[in-house]
Amino acid sequence: MNREIWITGIGLVTSLGEGRAAHWQALNAGATPVVDTETFAPYPVHPLPVLNLDAQIPRKGDQRQMEPWQRLGTYAAGLAIDDAGARGLVADMHLIVAAGGGERDVTVDEAIATELADRPETESGPILNERLANGLRPTLFLAQLSNLLAGNISIVHGVTGSSRTFMGEESAAADAIRIAHARLAEGRGEIALVGGAFAAQRWDMVLLYAPGGALWQGAPVPVSERAGGGAVLGAMSAFLVLEHAEHARARGVRGIAKLSGVATDASRRAGPGDAAASATGLLAKLPIAAGALGVLSGDSGAAVQADEARFLAALPDAVTRRPGTLIGHGTEASFPAHVALAATAIGEGGFYPVLDPADTVSRAAPRQILVTGFGIFRGEALALVEPAI
Amino acid sequence: MKDHLGRPLVAVTGIGMVTPLGWGAALSWARLLAGDSGIRRIGRFPLDHLKTTIAGTVDLPEEDDGGSTAFSSPQRVERMAAFAIAEAIAEARIGSEGDFPGALMLGMPPVEHEWPQRFALARAAHAGRYPDMVRAATGHRDLYETFLFGGIGERLAARFGTKGAPISTTTACATGATAIQTAVEAIQRGETLAAIAVGADGSVQPEALIRFSLLSALSTRNEDPARAARPFEKSRDGFVMAEGAAALVLEDYEAARARGARIIGLVAGCGERADSFHRTRSNPDGAAIIGAIRNAIADAGVAPVEVGYVNGHGTGTPENDKMEALGMRAVFGEAPPPISSIKSMIGHTLSAAGAIEAAASLLSIRDQVLPPTINHVEPDPSIMLDVVPNTARQVNGLRHVLSNSFGFGGQNVCLLLSAPPEA
Repeated sequence: MNREIWITGIGLVTSLGEGRAAHWQALNAGATPVVDTETFAPYPVHPLPVLNLDAQIPRKGDQRQMEPWQRLGTYAAGLAIDDAGARGLVADMHLIVAAGGGERDVTVDEAIATELADRPETESGPILNERLANGLRPTLFLAQLSNLLAGNISIVHGVTGSSRTFMGEESAAADAIRIAHARLAEGRGEIALVGGAFAAQRWDMVLLYAPGGALWQGAPVPVSERAGGGAVLGAMSAFLVLEHAEHARARGVRGIAKLSGVATDASRRAGPGDAAASATGLLAKLPIAAGALGVLSGDSGAAVQADEARFLAALPDAVTRRPGTLIGHGTEASFPAHVALAATAIGEGGFYPVLDPADTVSRAAPRQILVTGFGIFRGEALALVEPAI
Repeated sequence: MKDHLGRPLVAVTGIGMVTPLGWGAALSWARLLAGDSGIRRIGRFPLDHLKTTIAGTVDLPEEDDGGSTAFSSPQRVERMAAFAIAEAIAEARIGSEGDFPGALMLGMPPVEHEWPQRFALARAAHAGRYPDMVRAATGHRDLYETFLFGGIGERLAARFGTKGAPISTTTACATGATAIQTAVEAIQRGETLAAIAVGADGSVQPEALIRFSLLSALSTRNEDPARAARPFEKSRDGFVMAEGAAALVLEDYEAARARGARIIGLVAGCGERADSFHRTRSNPDGAAIIGAIRNAIADAGVAPVEVGYVNGHGTGTPENDKMEALGMRAVFGEAPPPISSIKSMIGHTLSAAGAIEAAASLLSIRDQVLPPTINHVEPDPSIMLDVVPNTARQVNGLRHVLSNSFGFGGQNVCLLLSAPPEA
């Protein structure tokens, strides 16, 4: 079975704002990046906008049981469910979350590291046990646990059809969308919620990614001008409601866009061009039509962009846009955010203006938009969206 | 050959296992049937100020008895997963060295820097604040690749030559079952003819232990480690953390037959249902647990009465075992099949448990024997089930086994493992 799957709801939060309408307007109005270059210097971040959490997580008790990453994702998931008008469908809604690591208690970590780092383990070990047993909030474990973003979406929004959490940075999100799409297409359920969240404003995230040499330092320049010098982490969350087209039609809902296909692979990246070849191989799995093709590039500014440039150069008639210049790189949230932006443009019947100096100068509004995703470490992914008719 | 829903049958052709009872499926299985316990006092780090000082730790081959903190959780996960995968591939005799003809689904715990890494960075920086540690970490690509969520899957995929992007999953204590389900679905969809599903966990380090302790989830019966894990027993007081891994080689049944593979059994059905009640507790009505069990049995196209044995989730926490018993009664009525918990012997291997227990379920069908629930002294009057107390049981005609996995965050996944089709 290969049923038609629509995107019927989008929950999108980036440094530019929240909701698909706000993003459509901001990107068309020549928005400039929102950047915080001070707090995590030398690493800049695109910060979250102020969120009215009560609107999506009404119980304060639930908010207290989460740290910012889980709150952000639970919030965006709620936006997507509302956008799809699917509050009544959550009991049998399937869920796949691409999760990052949970938050550390930075204050506790710094106090313990300062106190104990120089002592031998026989001495530090017992004190470490004592500090952790007394210093960690019992609820922090759950507020930290990767699968508890999905757990909180179940608890707060009542999504209980099924619940899976994938890990593995950018490619986890691409595979989450691929598998959510494939399960609906083959008839395993009628509606699914899929996405991810990334809380960029965290020292523990900087500590994880900075040693890989993948982060840009200093004031950001457009992604295309970074010469592989690194990504600017961007706080963001994106969730998509995917739905069998017949199911949506039957309840009188129009699709924002049709999700025509998702394809993923992971080359070993043993040499230059491997990732480009992997992505090129994925093109054959998507029903790309002749003529102008919109491309929403996942270019993050990190080292793999040479391969992405090579891949893009081989696409004839591509009209390429690089939203990374404006919203940064959101790891597990990036690919879902870019699919959300692509679907939004399809739903509006247009495309975005030039967002980055390397973008194609064209006012065309292509019928199909290809979303590209190259993981900073591993993973190549493509998704194709087009009008839902 | 198709199943009742017209999908390809999914065969298991190789099993690999690492448990606190040993490295290797044969050794682990023999000791499980003997009722041995792999639970012991933790030797890896100082135990001062800890409420729980026991676990089912797995020493790496080069470690001294009890181990040390020299290996981080992601390193342990990768080592045990690699061993289990290699063992499963060797049994299945599939592909060639470093060239497995299918996908990799890895169930693993979330990983992060641990205290030895933080201390080392703070020492190098002569200061313990995060900006200082970040500065000291600059250029340490090994640190980045070790603790990335995608790192373990990538290295296993590279080593075994699996195809496509490796998929790493976490659904708390249901993780291993989710990895298997994800692989089964890929084969049923025709995406691949073969897949490796592996679940692995190596989380016995101070902070993880303390976090579970703070949730009052762990047994504190420290004085007699082998007797601490008491699933379904009246005096049970929590689970015992443990480590391990299990891998299954899964194949499209017809493709496996065509290449002359020996079929150990089938993953005939998978069922899941999320619970929206609470972060650590099931809804008292048991609806999600009952739903997951029923979904697995229905997915396999069998009737509840055909299930001959249940390899239970059976963690030994007061709450879990009560809810699992409720689910058993709701689904199977007045004459439920026997249920046993191998966690009584190896503890709760967390992200590995669903995979290890699926493997044990298949071995029960192969050998027609049920592993016991040890430490069964006094039955809990609210759990009147046949728990195969203390001694393994030989059976006849066992064809269908249910394996339950229930996790924090409302994650419930059940698998239905079956004998190969009769020729």
